[in-house]
Parts: sequence; C-alpha cells; structure tokens
Amino acid sequence: MLKVVGVFGAVLTMFAYAVLAERKISAWIQGRVGPNRTAPPLALKIPFLGALLQSWGIFQPMADGLKAFLKEDFTPNYVRKAYFWLAPAISMVPAFLVLAVVPFGSKLGNEPMVIANLDVGILYTFGIISLGVYGVVLAGYASNSKYPFLGGIRSSAQMISYEIAMGMSVVPLFLIVGELNLSDVITWQAKNGWLILYSPISFVIFLIAAFAETNRLPFDLPESETELIGGYHTEYSSMKFALFFMGEYAAMIAASAMMVTLFFGGWTLPGLSEPASSIAVGLLHIGIFVAKLLAFMVLFIWVRWMLPRFRYDQLMDLGWRRFIPLALANILVTAVVLWMRSAKP
Amino acid sequence: MAIQDIFFYLFAALTLLCAFLVVANPFTRNPVTSAMFLVLSIISMAGLFVLLHAFFLAAVQVLVYAGAVMVLFLFVIMLLDLKEETARTFKTFGVVTGILSVGALAAIAFRAIATSGVGTGLQPQAEGSTRLLGRLLFKDYLLPFEIVSVLLLVAMVGAILLSKKDIK
Repeated sequence: MLKVVGVFGAVLTMFAYAVLAERKISAWIQGRVGPNRTAPPLALKIPFLGALLQSWGIFQPMADGLKAFLKEDFTPNYVRKAYFWLAPAISMVPAFLVLAVVPFGSKLGNEPMVIANLDVGILYTFGIISLGVYGVVLAGYASNSKYPFLGGIRSSAQMISYEIAMGMSVVPLFLIVGELNLSDVITWQAKNGWLILYSPISFVIFLIAAFAETNRLPFDLPESETELIGGYHTEYSSMKFALFFMGEYAAMIAASAMMVTLFFGGWTLPGLSEPASSIAVGLLHIGIFVAKLLAFMVLFIWVRWMLPRFRYDQLMDLGWRRFIPLALANILVTAVVLWMRSAKP
Repeated sequence: MAIQDIFFYLFAALTLLCAFLVVANPFTRNPVTSAMFLVLSIISMAGLFVLLHAFFLAAVQVLVYAGAVMVLFLFVIMLLDLKEETARTFKTFGVVTGILSVGALAAIAFRAIATSGVGTGLQPQAEGSTRLLGRLLFKDYLLPFEIVSVLLLVAMVGAILLSKKDIK
C-alpha cells in the first residue's frame, strides 16, 4: 500500500517538474530564459537560495497547479455531458496502471520494489496502453464540434497503427529472454547485458512508436495547434484540461519506464546488479532507475522542440509500410538466429 | 462465501448488465454508448478470466478486444454517422419470432443444465503460464490453430475484395 502511494506521489511530482523542464528546455533551445519570476512571498527572504530557486523556476509548478484549480471550469452547452466528464478521467488512468507492473528498484528491506509482479507483465502493459486511446477519442466525440472530432479520429487511427508496430517490436526481446515477467527481464539483463545490445532495431521501433503513442511531436497530429486548434481538448478548460495534460505526461513517464526496463536494464548498472541487501543500496537502485527514466524524459522534450510535425499521410506510411514490415523481419531474423544457435551442440 | 465467489458474481453480473445495455439501453440509442458498454462488458469478462487464473487470456482479451477491435468500432461509428438512432417501431412478426426463438433457446439451455449434474471442476491445464499455453497451441492443437489463422486470412482478403470497387 505504501508503495502505491509512493509511486503515485512520485509520478505526480515528476509530472509537475516535467512541465517545468519542458518549459525551461524549450526556452534554452529557442534562446529564451523560461519561467524565472514565480516565488511565494516568503521564499525570497531566504538569502541567496531563494533567488536562485526563483531563477530556476522551482516554484512555477505550484503556480501552474493553482491556476488550473482556480480557473473557471467552463462547459459549452452543446457538449455531450457524460462523455465530456468521463474523457479526462479515462485519459489519466491507463498510464498510472502501467506503472504498477514496472519494477522501479530491487529491494528495500525484504520488500520487492514493484507494485504488482505479474507473470504476463508485458501483455498487461500493452493491454492497458491500448485503453489509453479511449480518453482522446471520447473527448473528441464528447466535444461535439469539428476540430476536436478530427483530433479524436486522427488519434484513434494513429494509436491503432503504432500499437501494432510497438507490440511486434518487443517480441524479439521475449524470444531472447524467454519470459514475459518484467522482473525476470531485468534479472536476465543483469546477467547477460542490456537488451539494446541484442536487439537495437527493436529499440528504434519502440522509441518511435512511443512518441506516436504518447501523442508527442513529431507525431502530435491529434492536437496539432496550427490546424486543429489543440485538437481533442479544444473545448476543455481548467482542471479537465489539466487532466489531459497530466495524462500526456504520465504516458511519457510510463513509456520511459518501459524503455528503461526493457532495453536499459531497469534498476541495474554493470557492477550493481545484485538485489540490494541493505537499505542504502536499495535506495541507490531506485535512484538509478529514476535517473535513467529522467534521461528519457529529457529526450522526449528535446525531440519535441527540435523536429517539425509529420504530415498525416507520412505518419501512416511510416507506421504501416516501414515499421510493421521491419518489426516482422526483426522477429523472423531473431527467431532464426536463436534457432541456429540452439541447434549447435 | 469466499472472496473469489463474491468477485465472480460481481464480474458476471457486470458482464451481463453491460451486454444487455449494449443492445437494449432504455435511456439512449446512441451507438457510441453501446460501444462503450461493450468495452465494459469485455473488461469484466477479462476479470472472470483472472478469477480462473488465466492471466494470459485476460490480458489478451483486453489487448485485442477492448484495445484494438473496439477502438476500430468506435472509429467506424464516428466516421459513418453520429446521429442517435431513432427508436424502432415494433412489427408483430418480429416480436413473435423473437419471443419464440429466445424461448426455444432458453428451454434448450434450461434442459441442458437441468439434466447434467454440476461437475466438480476440471484441473486447469494451462493455468496462467504463457509457456504452457504456447506449447499446447503449437504442438497438441497446431492444426486447429492454423486453420483458424487461415480462416481469419480468408476473411481479411474477402473484406479487402468487397471494399475495392474497381477490380480488374
């Protein structure tokens, strides 16, 4: 139970500061300063540190959160009420459910650091990820106006397409490891080296599909501002909009956690791969996991501000005609290589 | 009553209720609502699989049906027509044949249940283990498995053929 609360709290904090990181990094890339003004009244009284934290924008997420709560929650009178309320909630939940099976550390005391150690971990993850699309589609439908509707349609097509490539890209991993349980995948990687060395093509496909699944640029067609005015969340305001926003970042966190677990050894580092026997090492393992995860978050943000958006037909072409055949070939080649190896005495 | 039993009745009731609301929702005839209730029904069915320790089936149920098939359904519903279907008027012929066929099926089902004693339950063969399930599918039941795949392929080719208007 403590673990659930802990992970939930950690993800919410990470969400708040991921937004800050997004704003700061985008500012650096565009030669701006980024948020550096917000500070609660008393914080500036602290000598040196107060002003430093202010210039880093550390207090900005508090202001953002407060703003989301206090703004008027406006519901246009032409929307379909039930779905309009349901959609933001649905878009939040799946990302959190995915994180339940990701092992984020080895052990603290005797407690394994994973909320639910499922035998079919990876299948569960993909099942839940595939439910994420409902939030967006229902939002588009509930808003009952043209731009959100187009956003919803685009997103359902995009997510179905890339889910296939994503699902097939991880099959070689499980051919190699022979287990579906995410903890076992990490144990295997601790023994034999990270899986990105064995199957780099899988990683490339998974990474790009993850961008498409989380609706991030260069694949953020469901919400492209220039042509769809924000897409599926055009009609949303205040806290409901904040929930969509949170859903997107939680999905990014979940996707990063999956990549760390599947390709980069989870909480292990070479030389630090034994399950922890003391509290300090246990905390260190959690720290390693979080550090790897943050590296991927920065990558997500970095790519968003460096690349232009794809055109819709290019997106579909890339998904169906490049990645799916590539992923299939990858499965086949891996299977043949494994078979040849096992045939040797 | 054990906790599993409570969950069983809960999920079974949810499955049936949602399935009923898919086809005969008294409040609205909105196709999207029907589709969403079908999703709920599928997810509660996955819950039943979990209670049987068939985790693989449960995960695949959610992944394939709730995550892919129903999203496509929604996609098609939204693309085709978004208006609420108007309440249908009932024709005498339809009502009579409907009641007759449902009654006949219910009688058959009731008789089948009444005459056969309740079994003690089978030992689960592929409990949870994906490895075991794969072995069963690809060794003992390879032929039916492949035939089903070919059937799906035929359906897919047929659908493409039917949707293409200009075939040379």
